Formats: sequence, C-alpha cells, structure tokens
Amino acid sequence: MNTLLELKNIRHAYGQQTVVEDLSLTLRKGTIGCLLGPSGCGKTTVLRSIAGFEPISAGEIWLNGVVISSPSFCLPPEQRHIGMVFQDYALFPHLTVRGNVGFGLHRVGKAERAQRITDMLQTVGLTHDAEKYPHQLSGGQQQRVALARALAPRPDLLLLDEPFSNLDVTLRARLSLEVRDILKNQNATAILVTHDQEEAFAIADEIGVMHQGQIQQWDTAYNLYHKPANRFVADFIGEGVFVPGKILGPNQVEIELGVLQGEVAHRCGPECQLCRSGGSVDVLIRPDDIVHDDASPVRAVVMQKAFRGADILYTLRLPGGSTALSLVPSHHNHPIGEKIGIRLEADHVVAFSRQV
Amino acid sequence: MKASNGEALQSAGTDSNVNTGSSFYSSSIRAVRTSVGWRLIPVFIATLVLIPVGTVVSSLFAPAGDVWQHLVETTLAELVANTFWLALGVSLGTALLGVSLAWFTAVCDFPGRGFFSWALLLPLAIPAYVIAFVALGLFDYVGPVQTALRAWLQSDLAWFPNVRGRLGVIVVMILAFYPYVYLLARNAFLTQGKRTLEAAQSLGFDRTHGFVKLSLPMARPWIAGGVMLALMETLADFGTVAVFNYDTFTTAIYKAWFGMFSLSAASQLASVLIVIVFVVIIVEQRMRSGMRYAESRQSARIDRIPLSGWRAWSIAALASGTLFLAFILPVSQLSIWAAGVFASDFDQRYLEFLWHSLLLSAVAAALTCGVALLMVYAARRHPDRITGAAVRISTIGYALPGAVLAVGIFIPVAWLDNQLSEMALRLFDFHSGLILQGTLLTMLIAYLTRFLAVSYNPIDSAMHRITPSIDEAVRGFGLTGWAALRRVHLPILKGGIFTAASLVFVDVMKEMPITLMTRPFGWDTLAVRIFEMTSEGEWEQAALPAVTLVLAGLLPIIFLMRQAEK
Repeated sequence: MNTLLELKNIRHAYGQQTVVEDLSLTLRKGTIGCLLGPSGCGKTTVLRSIAGFEPISAGEIWLNGVVISSPSFCLPPEQRHIGMVFQDYALFPHLTVRGNVGFGLHRVGKAERAQRITDMLQTVGLTHDAEKYPHQLSGGQQQRVALARALAPRPDLLLLDEPFSNLDVTLRARLSLEVRDILKNQNATAILVTHDQEEAFAIADEIGVMHQGQIQQWDTAYNLYHKPANRFVADFIGEGVFVPGKILGPNQVEIELGVLQGEVAHRCGPECQLCRSGGSVDVLIRPDDIVHDDASPVRAVVMQKAFRGADILYTLRLPGGSTALSLVPSHHNHPIGEKIGIRLEADHVVAFSRQV
Repeated sequence: MKASNGEALQSAGTDSNVNTGSSFYSSSIRAVRTSVGWRLIPVFIATLVLIPVGTVVSSLFAPAGDVWQHLVETTLAELVANTFWLALGVSLGTALLGVSLAWFTAVCDFPGRGFFSWALLLPLAIPAYVIAFVALGLFDYVGPVQTALRAWLQSDLAWFPNVRGRLGVIVVMILAFYPYVYLLARNAFLTQGKRTLEAAQSLGFDRTHGFVKLSLPMARPWIAGGVMLALMETLADFGTVAVFNYDTFTTAIYKAWFGMFSLSAASQLASVLIVIVFVVIIVEQRMRSGMRYAESRQSARIDRIPLSGWRAWSIAALASGTLFLAFILPVSQLSIWAAGVFASDFDQRYLEFLWHSLLLSAVAAALTCGVALLMVYAARRHPDRITGAAVRISTIGYALPGAVLAVGIFIPVAWLDNQLSEMALRLFDFHSGLILQGTLLTMLIAYLTRFLAVSYNPIDSAMHRITPSIDEAVRGFGLTGWAALRRVHLPILKGGIFTAASLVFVDVMKEMPITLMTRPFGWDTLAVRIFEMTSEGEWEQAALPAVTLVLAGLLPIIFLMRQAEK
C-alpha cells in the first residue's frame, strides 16, 4: 500500500569491486527512511543509484510504480523528480540564498516561483537571509538552504547524503530534529544516509543497518536496539557486550549473573545453539540491563569509568572474569578498582549462537 | 602620549621580542624607528612604479610636437583599429579555446585526457614571438608549406589565407595565450567538481543546461581572469606584432623612438596605451573581487563524465590539434632550423648573447625576489592601509607593457643624468658624461617594476602558510630574530622564493621591448638577437636563441604542471 520507492535485489559494482549486493527495500509515501552503517558499507552508493548518478548492474529500482533503474535502463537524474541534499551541500556560491532556493523552480511561473521561495525560506527560517550569499552563512544555515533548495520543486523523494556530518555535535542534534519537523510538515518522503545512529534515531521512521553492501535489518529504531537481527546489528547499534550463556529451556537462558526470561528470537540454521537445551550462546547485555545495587551479593570490579553527566558508564569485571557495562546514576561515584554490587534487570533476551 | 608609547612598546614586543626591560623609552623609540623603516620600503617601491606611470601619463597633456602631429594624421587611426581587433579576436579566441579545453579535461573523460591535461600547458614555455616567426617561416608565401602545395596542386594558391594579415597575428596569439584561460578555468571546474552538475541534475537540469546555467557562471570570475591575462599580454606584446609587421602601439612606440628619434612622441603613444591598459586593469580587479565570493572547496572525488564515439574523438582531435599547432610544430621546426645552423651559429657571439641573458635574468630574479621578500614582510608587520595601498601599486607593474615602461623610465633617468652631469661640471668642472643612461641599472629598474608582482605573489602565498600561531610557537621554543628566520621562516618560504625566482628568470629572458630599448649599446641578449634576425626574415638564424628560450621556459611550466595535476 502506498509504496513510493522499491529497490529489488539491486547490485552495484565499481569495476571488479562489488559495493552493493542483492539489496532490497521498500519505502511508503510520507516515510523517512535511513541507511545507517559504517563508512564504506555502500550506503552512499545506494543513495546515488536511487538518484540516478550510478547505474546498477542487477535488479530494479521502482519509483511511483515505474522502473527508473535497471541494468539496461537508467532514467537521467534530472527526469526522476528526486531531490538531493549533498554532504557538502553543493550550494551555488555565485547565487544568493533566494537564487539557490529558486534554482530548481524553472518550470513554474514567476509568481508561483516567488511564492514558493518565500514559503520555503519561511519553513527553514531564513526569511531574513534571502539576499545573502552562501559564504556569508553559518554551517547550519547553509544546511537549511540546501534543504530548502532540494524541497522547493516538491520532489517525490528527497535524498540526504550525510547531511549533518559537517556540523558540530550540538548543532547536529538540534538540526536533525528540526529537519524531521520540516520533512513531516512538507509531507515529504525521504531517505537519509548516515553513520551516526543518534542522527538516524532522531530523524528516521525506519532504519536499515547496512554492512558489506547489504541491509542487515530494516526496522524501527526500537527494534534495532532491542531486537537486533544479527550479531553485527547488535554490535553496531548502541552499547553492550556479549557474555557467555547456556540455554536452559524454551525462553530461558542462564548467564553468570542469573537466569534471563524471555523469548529468544532466532532463525534456526546449521549449528544452531539456540533451539536446544544446553546450547552455548552469547547473550547481549546492554548497560541498562545491569543495575547498581549495594545490597546485591554479586560484586564486580570497576575497571573503567566514563562520566556522562547524568550517568556514569562503568566497565566492570564480573567474578567469572567476563566484562560487562553498567549505566549508573552519576552520584554513585566509585573509584577504579572498587568492588560494587550489581543486579541483572533485563526483561528480554538477545542471544546468538556461540561463535567458535 | 602615554597611550601611544604603550602601543609602541607593544609593537616592540612583537617585533623584536627582546624585552630586557632596560629602558621603556629607548625600546619604544627603537620600535618606532624600525616600524618606520618597514613602512618606508613599500612606499619607496610604489614611488618607483609611479614615476614611469606619471611620466607617461603626463605626456597625455604635453603639447603636441611635429612628430606626434604627423602620427595622428597618418597612423593613429590604424593603430587604434589594429589594437582593437587584435584585443577582441584574442579575447574571444582564448576564451573559446581555453574554456572548452578546460571543461573537457577537467570534467569529461576522453582518450588521452590525462596526457592532454598537462600537455596543453606546454605552449606557455614558448614566447609568442617565437610561435609567430615559426608560423611565418612555415606558412608564408615562400615558406615550405605553400611551396609544396603549389608544386603539388599546380596552382597559384590564390585561396590561401594571407598569413601576414590580421587573422594570422590573432591565431598566433590565441595559440600562445590560451593556456592562461585554460589553466584558470580548469582550476575552477576542478574545484566545482562534478557535484555541482549533480546538484543541477537533481533539480531537473540535464548536463548541457547544467553546464550553461551553473558551471559556466560559477567559473566566470576565473574565465574572465584568464581572458584578462591574455588581453594584457596581447596589449603588452611587442615581439609578435613586430614579426608580423602588424603595427600596434608597442611597435609604434619603438619606431617613434628609434626610427624618428622622438622620445616625446613615443611617450605620447605610450600614454594612449596606458589608458587602455588601465581600463583593462579596472575591469580585471572587479572580476577578481568576484573570485572571493566563489569559494572553492575541493570535492573528494572527481568522477568524470565518460565520452565515447565521435564526441570523444572530436575532443581528442581538438586537444591534439591545439597541442600540435601551439607546441609540437613550432618546437620541431625550431629544432630542425637550429640543427641546420648549429655548426655556424654556435660560436663566441652566441655564447655572449647567452651569457648576457643569463646574467641579466639571474640578477633581475635576485633583485625582484629580494624586494618582494621585503615587501611581504613589510605587509605582514604593518597590515595597515598605507602599506596595503603601496603593495597594490607596486605590483601593478605587471600590467604595464614593457614598451611603456621603457619610455617611462628612460625619460626620468635621462633627466637625472643631465642634472648630474651639469652638477658635476659646475661643482667639479668635470665632464662626467652620461652616468645612468644605457647602463644595466636602468634595465634592472624597469624589470623590477614590470616583474615585481610575478615574484611577490608566490612569496606572499608562501608567507600565508606561516600563521601567527606558528610565530608564537617558535617564540615559545625561545627562537627569535635570525634564528627564527633561518630555522622556520626560510624553510617554509623556500618553495615560494624558488618559484618566484624561476618565474622572473624566465620572464626576463623572454622579455623583448624593455631589453631592446634600454640596453647598453651593443649589449645584445638572446631576445634581442631574435628580434634583429626576425626583422630581416632570417628565421633560421633566430632558431638557436629561440630553442634556448624554450628550454628555459619549460622550467617553470614543469612546476605549474605539478600543481595542476594535484
């Protein structure tokens, strides 16, 4: 229903080197999607293939029920009606903000054009900077100009290539929420590419974690964090460590700190350890799964600590020798080397077959 | 009073960093004295540049002499027309050729692109007047090309274009000067990157429209800058038009001075030319200010638009045709000629020309670089309005045609000479004769004026790499004065000074009008030899000196190419 964009098993290679392999995704109208992954995972290539700047060597890309890319056909980028916000913004330095925003409005009448520019400038809050040149703007303002310019022609789909990577961290956090509001307000469909998960969580409705040219999991931020589909996603999203565990029975796993109850999501395959009692598994323990409790009999040694304002992230050595993270309110300030009491407090289980 | 002393002390602290605390007043006085010294240097040099300009401009208002009257009646209209068509033709031609070659080598891909992108700079090594006399030697009525065609076709070749005409000069100058436009436009296209085109495409423009609506306007300041450089070279050119006997202001100045022996008429002609040049400078300065806005950010990866089929081959043909006509053909022909006359021409006289050229170039390079260094330091220490203005004035000499400078410097020198010998006669009853005229000193002042900008710019940009924090860090290690200069500044500036020196060296070697008009009698250089031989149509005799100039000219081009390929 209402599918706007569909990638069907696309493949892309630069010469001999395959960058994207058998990648599929669907995006509904009005959704903000995100491709999240470490650098070199192929996410930008996917974006550029959607935009039409890169040809694909297998599969198909559909937009609005029409094929726009296939190995034998590539609709020119200018005919796709897809907007793009570039990583370096690619603002036109010889044009004012107004000129930049109006640049793509070459097929509309003069009055409508002026109106649309005014609307867009208002949307991004640059009404008073309309006559300035890009070099007179701050990084955040340039970013907004790039967004307004791309949105002005009302593209069917907006692509954002690492749009906040040139901004400092505090501005990044603020602007990503702002951009989400603007996109939702314009009822735009968009795909964002980033390596920063907080950015992805702040903007996107659905996120695809990419690794080695493939989407490992396409899901909401909540599910990526709490129900990672595989080890890579578990590792890449959020913080946490794997501790050894043993399957006791259906929905029961024992680790050093106690027994975890909860559905063990898994897909059975060869050498699957998850579906049988006594199977050796690795259990993902997030920092919020371990609670500091002075009364607890279980003691762990503080090995490292990172002060984060409200919390302190402790790296602990458990009595059995394995390592775990614990997020503790920062007034519980313990020196390195001290033994502190901890307690397991997890309501679900993320486990994978033990890697030999 | 107190406040001004405080400021002086502060500047003493930053200047010498010797803060012994011995005497408040002595250190502040010393600071004021050195600061005055640093301020005087640029002002002095600026005055040196302004004297010839003032001399020439003032002759605009001088009473018309007989010779001037004669010139106005007979040749002035022709000079203006010739200059106008030449300027127009060369501007359009260099813009068209330079921009298209720049675009295809920077943004597209075609067979041989990597080779052409640097090879197309090679013509910069050949002085325009050398291309000119080779072209005449080859394509003139008695040249081998027409002779062979006549024999082959059994026809009188009435359709063959007159090589000596206006079109011939224009074509030769386009071939000689297009690299200026090519270099700057290519730089602009490279820094825009393909990203700009992609942005245009994502906004619904195809590539052709993207180029016309975006890339071209974005590169406009650079293109215009390149065309202005070509235009100034055209207006300043003496050798090429002399070879073609195509009269412009520069040759007219020479003829008025050395043919009709009227320095005043020469000066009046120079004044008309200087007005034209000033108009160009003003336009150029405005274009330059546009470059500031167009910030350039190197995009990470330039993936070029692959061209194939007839497009690719026609562009490869354009590039190789240009390279052939502007470099390969002249160099080959010169080599053949030079090889033919080598046995007879490589003699004591040739070595004398060579020695004069080398000596003059080396001394001029050392002088201009030394002055440029002083100016750069002066501007760094006192970045105020007066120093800034003085630096700008001092570096405007590059725009002044050599013929104009020669006249503008010779007149005050001659006047000073007369004053000096009169004084010597009156005070000491001594016939001193002419002291300054016809000495190397006059020439060197003219070279300094003309080429200071050439050495100033590389040294200045090298100096920009020494940030204030570097100076502070050096001071933090306890290094001051000479030690800091030797161990930090000089190593950083070394590259810039070397570039500057080699550029000036080659420019002086190629320089024709100043050398011709202000040299000591009989003191001939390679360029003068080329002028004398070509004015008699002795192309072969000019070949050996020309080959020498081309070889020397390749030196800075190699640096340029290294930069361009980065």
